[in-house]
Amino acid sequence: MDDRTRSLIRGGVSIVCVAALYEIVARSGHFSPALMPTLPTIARTLIASIADGTMIWHAAFTLYRVMVGFVLAIAVGVPLGIAMARFPRVENFCLPLISALMPIPSFSLVPLFMLWFGIGNTTTILIVLYAATFSVVFNTWSGVRAVNPLWLRAAGAMGADERRLFWKVIIPGASPFIITGMRQAFLRSWIAVVGAEMIAASDWGLGWVIFDAKEFLNTDIMLAALIVIGAIGYVFERLVFGSIERATVQRWGMVRAAKG
Amino acid sequence: MVPIEISGVTLTYDTPSGKVPGVKDISVAIKPSEFVCIVGPSGCGKSTLLNMIAGFLTPAEGEIRIDGKKVDGHGLDRGMVFQDFAQLFPWRTALGNVCFGLEMKGVPKDEREKIAREQLRLVKLEKFCSSYPHHMSGGMQQRVAIARALAYNPSVLLMDEPFAALDALTRDDMQRLLADVWRETRKTVIYVTHNVSEAVYLADRVLVMSPHPGTVKIDLPVTLPRPRDPLSIEFIEHQKILLDHLGHAAGGGAQTQHA
Repeated sequence: MDDRTRSLIRGGVSIVCVAALYEIVARSGHFSPALMPTLPTIARTLIASIADGTMIWHAAFTLYRVMVGFVLAIAVGVPLGIAMARFPRVENFCLPLISALMPIPSFSLVPLFMLWFGIGNTTTILIVLYAATFSVVFNTWSGVRAVNPLWLRAAGAMGADERRLFWKVIIPGASPFIITGMRQAFLRSWIAVVGAEMIAASDWGLGWVIFDAKEFLNTDIMLAALIVIGAIGYVFERLVFGSIERATVQRWGMVRAAKG
Repeated sequence: MVPIEISGVTLTYDTPSGKVPGVKDISVAIKPSEFVCIVGPSGCGKSTLLNMIAGFLTPAEGEIRIDGKKVDGHGLDRGMVFQDFAQLFPWRTALGNVCFGLEMKGVPKDEREKIAREQLRLVKLEKFCSSYPHHMSGGMQQRVAIARALAYNPSVLLMDEPFAALDALTRDDMQRLLADVWRETRKTVIYVTHNVSEAVYLADRVLVMSPHPGTVKIDLPVTLPRPRDPLSIEFIEHQKILLDHLGHAAGGGAQTQHA
């Protein structure tokens, strides 16, 4: 049995334990079945909503908003973080702003953005952008400052000019931090988008599904949507970012492999 | 390959507690293809001097000329090897690291890889072209660093205690290897060390520096035939002479140099 299978089994065991606990509480009669449906009910709802395509569309809308916001956050955040680390003026200007804006929960901006940009994609994407950008900026900034000065010296001695120093030394040298920043940013985006969709989306989106289901006491749909949210988040976190990390900074020995 | 003239070089460091003399009025002429070791106690300015030759530091007074050309910043006429293993780029393979200088020079990919392979063969690492630095031992990483510094064919090789962080056995191997590489390439080498036997093993000439301020105290030629035998009487004689000078240079504190 290789490490990969073993870690899958270990992950499976922890999920099964929590699911079993849920099932025991659900069947104990403490809550009415309408409020706390059993796992088979949730599973049936989930399968039905996937089969008729609605859940897939909701997920697609949510993913679209996250991806656009996330890519914009990287496009803004990476250059800004690098500029901050390289130019003291940019750092002096941006650092107080970031320190002041970063602690504001993106969710608390939803009502304001709704008034400015209305209900729908613009607002939700902007909320994602807000949630994601700071992690990218902050980590990129730290990463560039953490680049080993010896690499810069060695590259300089070999005749690297500013431009090539940047692309061939600073960017790869800062990559462990930049990847961590993206990872954090994705998680923050994923949390933010569901929140934003609850009140600033109409008709489509996993957050909207949950909020809409509340009106009709459809707890099975709410839980099914939560499972989808968790599953997609897991896939990105472990598979997408995990593979990026394995193919780059882990292969280069710049970070050690995660256990499990 | 080319001569180096160091004339009247002085450098002071600005520290929070005032100006600290780094090196003072150093003049040395180094012949083409000469292997020069600089030894001295910590703080004698030997690394400062090397960094000025490398162009990382600019002397306050005096000048350094390599092949008649005044040193102004770093240039591809000099290759540099540092003490720290972390000098290699971890995101590049051994081959990728050795290619770096050639890439900066604009050498086409096929050609630079051919040259890089040749350099890695010179340091006996041809089998590890596609290995990443973190899979290599410290000695192997330092050999890659030497290959990297030689790849773009600089006429001068500057080495700042490259083997100081290696264990004694590996260090002996590396010294033999470096002596071979030098014999084959005939670069002018300036090598900073605090290890006396290393200096006697490698150098044509040893400069002993003394601190406060950093000056060259003695300029000792080593004319023993190569390859040198560290157990021969003459070798030990040379070591003894150097240690005596170092004892003076360090104010009697040279006992630590035996270690």
